[in-house]
Amino acid sequence: MFEKNAGNLQKKVNNRVWLNKGMRTLFLGATLVGLIVLALLFYRVLTQGLGYLSLDFITSLPSPSFEDAGIWAGLIGSIWLMVIVAVVSIIIGVATSLYLEEYAPKNKIADIIRINIQNLAGVPSIVYGLLGLTFFVYMFSIGYRLLAGGLTMALLILPIIVVASQEALRSVPNEVKEASYGMGATKWQTIARVTLPAALPGILTGTIIALSRAIGETAPLIIVGAAAAIYTLPDSLLSKYTAMPIQIYNWTARPQDEWQYVAGAGIIVLLAILLIMNSIAVLVRNKFQKRF
Amino acid sequence: MDQLLNNEGKELNVQTLIEDKRKNRMTGNIIEKIIPVFLFLCASVSILTTFGIVFTLLRESIGFFSDTSLVEFYTGSSWSPWSGEFGVLPLIGGTLLITVVAAVVAVPIGLMSAIFLSEYADDRVRRVIKPILEVLAGIPTVVYGYFALTFVTPILQSFIPGLGIFNALSAGIVVGVMIIPMIASLSEDAMNAVPNSLREGAYGLGSTKLEVVIKVVLPAAFSGIVASIVLAVSRAIGETMIVTIAAGATPNLTMDPTESVQSMTAFIVQAATGDTSFGSDIYYSLYAVGMTLFILTLVMNLIAQYISHRFREEY
Repeated sequence: MFEKNAGNLQKKVNNRVWLNKGMRTLFLGATLVGLIVLALLFYRVLTQGLGYLSLDFITSLPSPSFEDAGIWAGLIGSIWLMVIVAVVSIIIGVATSLYLEEYAPKNKIADIIRINIQNLAGVPSIVYGLLGLTFFVYMFSIGYRLLAGGLTMALLILPIIVVASQEALRSVPNEVKEASYGMGATKWQTIARVTLPAALPGILTGTIIALSRAIGETAPLIIVGAAAAIYTLPDSLLSKYTAMPIQIYNWTARPQDEWQYVAGAGIIVLLAILLIMNSIAVLVRNKFQKRF
Repeated sequence: MDQLLNNEGKELNVQTLIEDKRKNRMTGNIIEKIIPVFLFLCASVSILTTFGIVFTLLRESIGFFSDTSLVEFYTGSSWSPWSGEFGVLPLIGGTLLITVVAAVVAVPIGLMSAIFLSEYADDRVRRVIKPILEVLAGIPTVVYGYFALTFVTPILQSFIPGLGIFNALSAGIVVGVMIIPMIASLSEDAMNAVPNSLREGAYGLGSTKLEVVIKVVLPAAFSGIVASIVLAVSRAIGETMIVTIAAGATPNLTMDPTESVQSMTAFIVQAATGDTSFGSDIYYSLYAVGMTLFILTLVMNLIAQYISHRFREEY
């Protein structure tokens, strides 16, 4: 009787242990799904695009025939866009985070700004496109020009930069600031000479990551009028423009198979730039981040 | 007597020193006063952005709803704006269909990844796998769209005969892949926040790891997990490029994922790339659809925030 029970118990325990092991394998498998899809994606893009990728492709303007098509106009357009986005969003983003972290009184207004930024981060990017279309394209009558695209993108990544800068500012310990006050420095002197320099690596890392999100964004640019058929390079803020993801979208959407290879080559260039930007972000963080 | 000279070579006396000091302090004071104002103005840009979005969507939508009634818009089941039929249900249906497919892919995989990373993987494995998973979140959506159209769809076609080039299934699966890292990493954070003392209590009673996960960790981290799923679903609803490229442009009120559908976002892209003239019905319909999309995602984000604040277990 007792032995029978013990046998049953042993069986039960064994089952539980086996179930645990089996589920562990299942969980591991699920984790690998993400990694495998990522590997497949890279493999697919490389096999489709590498054959078409050449210096000629990088330095050619868009063209209606796939043998001549290149990504140069998209590349230059994206760089112009990034410059506008970086200037606008860094100034406004860092200033916003400084206000929230250093100056904002603990009141409703500061709370509202905080909650608002959290919600802005969840607004679909295409809605920013509609905002840009109404305000920048029509109301400020910029038209379908670089500046309208840049400003729209700047607003889009503003929440990311604000949150990253806030975290960087918060990581500067109070002792350092108090030492500065103790030397007779004013609030702004302390911020400009102590807090900001100490938080700068964190802010830069966050900014580069935000910019790498912007450089791959397509939907809002389509709405504010980045065009695919642009055969000249932009030479001012009010030029007509195109951008890398716009070119890739346009090539992908064409029915002939050859264009898929062109799109693949464009994606390789885009991913390479993203890789470079993210490496720089990691480098900045590891090299210059101070641990207090 | 040696003359004291200041660094500009001028004679130094106490009177001018005091003067200089006062002047410096005054400019200093002005800076101290101006800076916060400037910073506040910059901070208010984010508020203006919100107002801008709401104002834009409202104003142009009101223009739209003066021609088409709200009831007609939200109950009509035929969407063909170029012939004047504005029933938004097919677009909402398309969005939901793709979102459901995405959730079916992403919720189990994301949750199981989170459990593995948080409970089973040792530190070394986690430190390798987590950043790689995050790469998935950083891939531009246009690249996912390309992947869906040129890779996933042909594979699906070999399993499902008669599947069209544009279909909701392929787009939904790839949107799901895109939101896996979001569910995985936010849920993992929630599970990590469960204190070890709870786990050890369960181990002390003889639980296996799986039992600890299912009976202790998951219930304790429940609010964070639900919030992560709601956030990810809201991201899927707002996703544009994958859906535009892979799901096609057929407004289609169906629950069959093998058909081509058009989502709200895809319609906005289609209308904006076509020659839609400023002030036309289609131009205004862009904003009515955008408004619907905005409200839908905003409500979901607010729900996620509410859940994670309201039901947070404090230890």
